[in-house]
Amino acid sequence: MEQGTVLTMRGICKSFPGVRALNHVDFSLKKGEIHALMGENGAGKSTLIKVLTGVYSRDEGVIEVEGLSGDVQIRSPQDAQEAGISTVYQEITLCPNLSVAENMFIGRSRGGLVPWKQMENRAGEILSGLGIPARPRQQLGSCSLAVQQMVAIARAVDMECKVLILDEPTSSLDDKEVAMLFGLMRDLKARGVGIIFVTHFLEQVYEVCDRITVLRNGELVGTYETRNLPQVELVSKMMGRELENLSFMEGRKRTGESSSTVFEARDLSSTACPNAFDFHIAKGEVNGFTGLLGSGRSESVRAIFGADRVTGGQTLVDGKPVRIRSPRDAMEQGIAYLPEDRKDDGIIADLSVRDNIILALQVMRGFFHPISDAEAERMAEEFIRTLEIKTASLDTPVRSLSGGNQQKVILARWLLTHPRYLILDEPTRGIDVGTKTEIQKLVLKLADEGMSVTFISSEIEEMLRTCARLIVMRDRRIVGELTGEQLTQESVMRTIAGGESV
Amino acid sequence: MSRDKRIREPMSDTHLLMTITICIFFCMYFLAMAVWGGGFLRWQQVFDMLNNNAALIIVACSLTIVMIGGGIDISVGGVIALVAMSCVVHLNQGGSIFTAALLSLGIGLAFGLVQGYLVAYLEIQPFIITLAGMFFARGMTTIVSLEPQKVAHEGFKTLMNTKVEIPWLGYTAKNGNLIPARMEIGVVVALLIVVLVYFMLRKTRMGRNFYALGGNSQSALMLGINIRRTRMITHLLSSILAGIAGFVFLMHTGAGNATNAAGAEMNAIASSIIGGTLLSGGVGNVIGTFFGVMTLTTIKSIVTVSGLRDPWWQSITTGAMLCFFILLQSVVLSRRSRGKNRKNQREAVK
Repeated sequence: MEQGTVLTMRGICKSFPGVRALNHVDFSLKKGEIHALMGENGAGKSTLIKVLTGVYSRDEGVIEVEGLSGDVQIRSPQDAQEAGISTVYQEITLCPNLSVAENMFIGRSRGGLVPWKQMENRAGEILSGLGIPARPRQQLGSCSLAVQQMVAIARAVDMECKVLILDEPTSSLDDKEVAMLFGLMRDLKARGVGIIFVTHFLEQVYEVCDRITVLRNGELVGTYETRNLPQVELVSKMMGRELENLSFMEGRKRTGESSSTVFEARDLSSTACPNAFDFHIAKGEVNGFTGLLGSGRSESVRAIFGADRVTGGQTLVDGKPVRIRSPRDAMEQGIAYLPEDRKDDGIIADLSVRDNIILALQVMRGFFHPISDAEAERMAEEFIRTLEIKTASLDTPVRSLSGGNQQKVILARWLLTHPRYLILDEPTRGIDVGTKTEIQKLVLKLADEGMSVTFISSEIEEMLRTCARLIVMRDRRIVGELTGEQLTQESVMRTIAGGESV
Repeated sequence: MSRDKRIREPMSDTHLLMTITICIFFCMYFLAMAVWGGGFLRWQQVFDMLNNNAALIIVACSLTIVMIGGGIDISVGGVIALVAMSCVVHLNQGGSIFTAALLSLGIGLAFGLVQGYLVAYLEIQPFIITLAGMFFARGMTTIVSLEPQKVAHEGFKTLMNTKVEIPWLGYTAKNGNLIPARMEIGVVVALLIVVLVYFMLRKTRMGRNFYALGGNSQSALMLGINIRRTRMITHLLSSILAGIAGFVFLMHTGAGNATNAAGAEMNAIASSIIGGTLLSGGVGNVIGTFFGVMTLTTIKSIVTVSGLRDPWWQSITTGAMLCFFILLQSVVLSRRSRGKNRKNQREAVK
């Protein structure tokens, strides 16, 4: 192994039934560098990480770690830890029923007794050293997701690891927390830790990373110095084609002012969204809720869909008052909702792609009018084709699809019910650039066909590209509404940040 | 760090549920003392409850361990019956108490190894495996002896009749004699096991691994815990404790019978749940379980003294109690998580 290299992976291959997930991939990590691992969903990033951490066993290939001789066999996360490889996953992999301190130390040493006092003191030192707002004796489940993520990082940091893998650590963090995390990463880098950083956020890559390795379809595209690789080139390498001009969307925004109002809410409030709000959307309009995480964007649309208990207000469809007290009521009015948390609220992981797609339609029809197999197959195939869902077959369980494809399956499910009003809550989170653009295009196409769409996203550029009207929220209240000329990044930021309502 | 200690953390779910059970137990017992007086006013009542339920306390600990790890073990009743019967036959054929004790441990160990291996390494549902184990143990019991057997071994009879006397908790009978409170040897064993298991769950790495496994097995794996071995150990401990429970059971009844300890597994599950162990895993505590057994027993005594002597009344009240506790737990825990969400939202807004 070369001098100054902490980790070398050579010729890594991994196959799953029907899919070649990794095909002779090479990867190397230097001491004290932050190395981005990039690729679209399904490119093999997660698989490579899981091979390295012992969750999957590799079919072929060699892994060498500094200080250990020869090919290192990593058969379990435990082996990986012992080899000095720590991982922080996108989904929190801690135990909510244990205390913060326990979560930082459990599984790390052998031996009989748990030295509670020592452990809690040490945890307290680490947490305050890193500025993480958690108390060692607090039950982990009582912390917010962001703090839980930080605890996971604190755990990894304390393990004196040589290689730290951060798998999409920033997707549930806000800007301040991301900055804190980057500070931490630079600290560790200075201490000589090699960091593998997996993310979808291009700006973040350019902010902290030294080198970038790009994977596509399970194959290595190449490893580049960050400063020698312009952002556009990176994207085209990830997608394997020149990035399409995004300006196709300009000038096609529809305010829908001329057409009739499809849905209207007056003084609507729910248990999760106590401040009553007014809202309306016209036929063929695309509008969006924007604001910081936790500002009440999702809660507002959940109230519209009846997903939380509605406590007051009035809803009108086509100007006629209707009662929406449950998602079922909303569905009957032609409203569809793609939830924020696709893992918990969206997909049913063990069911097949086909069954997931026809689920909502089946509910609408009632269970005494089953959809025939042939019909289900036809409908599912149609959407797999039109949305370009990458799946081995109709019967593949949804869990084995990549994140972006899972999202498309849920989208297909709702499109199948032919909604008049579609609510998309963070449909592009954790999805690669290519699929993001596809979803944005699809939204605009649907609007052209007369569907009303409400779009929520944390990325302002994306909102600006798709929405004709932005409703800005802060502290669970609507603080502004932007249209036309006002739709610039700057004015959105200014409205979110506060001061005068526009 | 000393500054941090002064912040009182909100109780963990485990401790909250346990505290509720203990409070309810004492309320109920004091109520019984106030309304029915008599036996409830004597310490002997408590010791009788312990004497009659020593084996149940032990297998309730079994279930607590397995349930914390996110599993279930319904073979324990069968193991008790098999151990009791085997020991009787062994003793009556001239075996010693020592070898009988080894036999009980051996049977427990065998069940634990097989069930644990199947559940942990072949990843078969614990319910199915231990259901099979239950039928197997019951069947074996009748093979060992079809007829009920009484212990004839003199040494063992002496052991059965040996009681720990606690004079200062006794009462004075009508004729003026002091009758000390009496506790069987089995109770000492059971209490010792409760303490040991409490210590194991709280202080040892293995015990904490059980909680991690039950809390989220996937996370536990990622945290570097050998979840297969951990799951195996929960079943191993459970069955060994069931073996000990069988021996203790025999010390109380002095006879082996194919229907011994019928439904013990269900009572043990009920006690664990009442004591604050969640069937979903990761939450629970043997002190709570101990009070779960006592609560269940107190209810049964109350039913009996209030004149409802037919056996079905006990089953009905047990069922009602179980419902009540599960409702209470889910209400408490859901209120808690709602409070947490609100708090986090407030923080996020800040």
